[in-house]
Amino acid sequence: MDIQAKGLDYRALNEAIRAAGPSCRITGCLGQRFIGAGMSGRRVEIDGIPGNALGAYLGGGFLTVNGNAQDAVGDTMNGGSIVVRGSVGDTAGYAMRGGEIYVQGNAGYRAGIHMKAYQDQQPVIVIGGRAGSFLGEYQAGGTILVLGLHTDGKPAAGYFPCTGQHGGRVIFRGDVSAIRFPDQVTPHPPTEEETALLRPLVERWCALFGGDAEALMDGPFTVVTPDSKNPYRQMYAAN
Amino acid sequence: MDVFFRNGKNAVLRKVNIMKREGQVRIPSGCAISAVISREGRRMTGEKIVESMIPMHDRSNGLGGGFAAYGIYPEYRDYYAFHIFFDSRDTRKTCEALLKEGFEIVKAEHIPIRQIPEITDVPLIWRYFLAPMQSVLNRLQLDAEEYVARIVTKINAELRGAYVFSSGKNMGTFKAVGYPEDVGRFYRLEEYGAYCWTAHGRYPTNTPGWWGGAHPFSLLEWSVVHNGEISSYDANRRCVEMFGYQCTLQTDTEVMAYIADYLLRRQGLTLEETASVMAAPFWSTIEHMEPQEAERLTYLRKVFPSLLLTGPFSIILGFSGGLMALNDRLKLRSMVVGEKDDRVFISSEEAAIRVMEPDAENIWAPMGGEPVIVRLKEGTY
Repeated sequence: MDIQAKGLDYRALNEAIRAAGPSCRITGCLGQRFIGAGMSGRRVEIDGIPGNALGAYLGGGFLTVNGNAQDAVGDTMNGGSIVVRGSVGDTAGYAMRGGEIYVQGNAGYRAGIHMKAYQDQQPVIVIGGRAGSFLGEYQAGGTILVLGLHTDGKPAAGYFPCTGQHGGRVIFRGDVSAIRFPDQVTPHPPTEEETALLRPLVERWCALFGGDAEALMDGPFTVVTPDSKNPYRQMYAAN
Repeated sequence: MDVFFRNGKNAVLRKVNIMKREGQVRIPSGCAISAVISREGRRMTGEKIVESMIPMHDRSNGLGGGFAAYGIYPEYRDYYAFHIFFDSRDTRKTCEALLKEGFEIVKAEHIPIRQIPEITDVPLIWRYFLAPMQSVLNRLQLDAEEYVARIVTKINAELRGAYVFSSGKNMGTFKAVGYPEDVGRFYRLEEYGAYCWTAHGRYPTNTPGWWGGAHPFSLLEWSVVHNGEISSYDANRRCVEMFGYQCTLQTDTEVMAYIADYLLRRQGLTLEETASVMAAPFWSTIEHMEPQEAERLTYLRKVFPSLLLTGPFSIILGFSGGLMALNDRLKLRSMVVGEKDDRVFISSEEAAIRVMEPDAENIWAPMGGEPVIVRLKEGTY
């Protein structure tokens, strides 16, 4: 079912999505926020520019954007998939608790900030190009993979990546010598276990956007994890 | 300071400063900014910039909207164009008497407005085209710009009920309490032609929503629209007050217009240097830079430490012949840039750019502290 978004505010648009049943295509989208917020079990394809907080609190289902998305994609999402055939703005995957976000192009600042995991809830963000500053800030769980396929010569991440990271992992493909990491994290080549974890993510990114997964798996990859279970224990108080 | 405006219909003084503060009521911070500029100096009507604010409607809450337009008064390009709010006819008479002491008033008129239900409690809104008297400048030993800046400061600080909210040449700002798309209709912006437009939708968080507190904030040719809040406001305010500026409009953004005037006009800094002062990189970032760049940034941080702006901001600084967009160094507010032919677009959201130009190209987001400077070609304005 097709939904023409022109003239609909975010509330009316989300009502139309709910009324459309299991799948729909939105055309003429222009800045409507909260698309698919809190929904589960729907396939929504979006033409145009969705507004901030696309798929916030998403419970499940599949959102695809044929173009760029704005800020806070997948804010606090619990499950499901968000696929962006373009770039995303700042704070993609903010406090994400489950599900997956696949970005063809670049991510803005603070991708994966406060991302967390619990048992089988293991959120994933895969970024095709590069990420802005504060990537994985305060990350507590889950996996962020940056493939570094951008061509503008900039580093795969901006300033202060993994600041405050105390769980999960950020994985870079390609040269990371220009990136400065904080003292509390350890960049290292992937272990066998970590390679097994990242392979399906690379394959899925290639299945969605094209590309040779085997060639990409040649890496080199760098995995950044926190130094210990509690790297900040001495910073504020001896707890 | 409480702010009063006379309600035209009932002639009842209404206290405007009635907003609850953050903490008493939960206010999610917002604000929207937007801009378009033609590098070729082609003049565009205000319709598109007004439309660009519509998809960002929810970033504002109806307590302020405004626009700056450059190149709109070509027939009066040699005169300072003052836009002034008055609370009463008496205030206007007093202000005009003050202006006549130092200026030839080339033209004085109401700024044309449209009667619409969305905009209420309208003050008197006047426009003056002014030429400073040479005899006055000679006696005071001041150049025209410095004299104009001092007069604007004097009126805003000392003449209760009068606020000069625009004072540049061949430019003007238009602002009101309301949503920006309504403010644009109210001021009939489709009747103006500008080579550069900036826009603001306000969601005041710490300060009252009143006419003088709407953006842009402007002095001489400089105008600033701002999304965010300045944590360092009082340090910045105390610093610029040492140089004769006075913050009277109860909104933190005001100080940015004065910082721009101080650094660019009075200190003669470049735009790039000004950006490096306002959004200076962290010492830990400077430490790892090439020695020459590190030395430049260290110098600017040490000479102008009190003009560093901390806290979240994305701003667009307009000036004659160009604009500069800038984020705080942590990039705590969003900003997107796009292009099409000779036009450059800057907005809080890509959707706003797509309203102005569906086929905008090279969409990108500048880094925190990375200025985006757009200038018109020589001789086109």
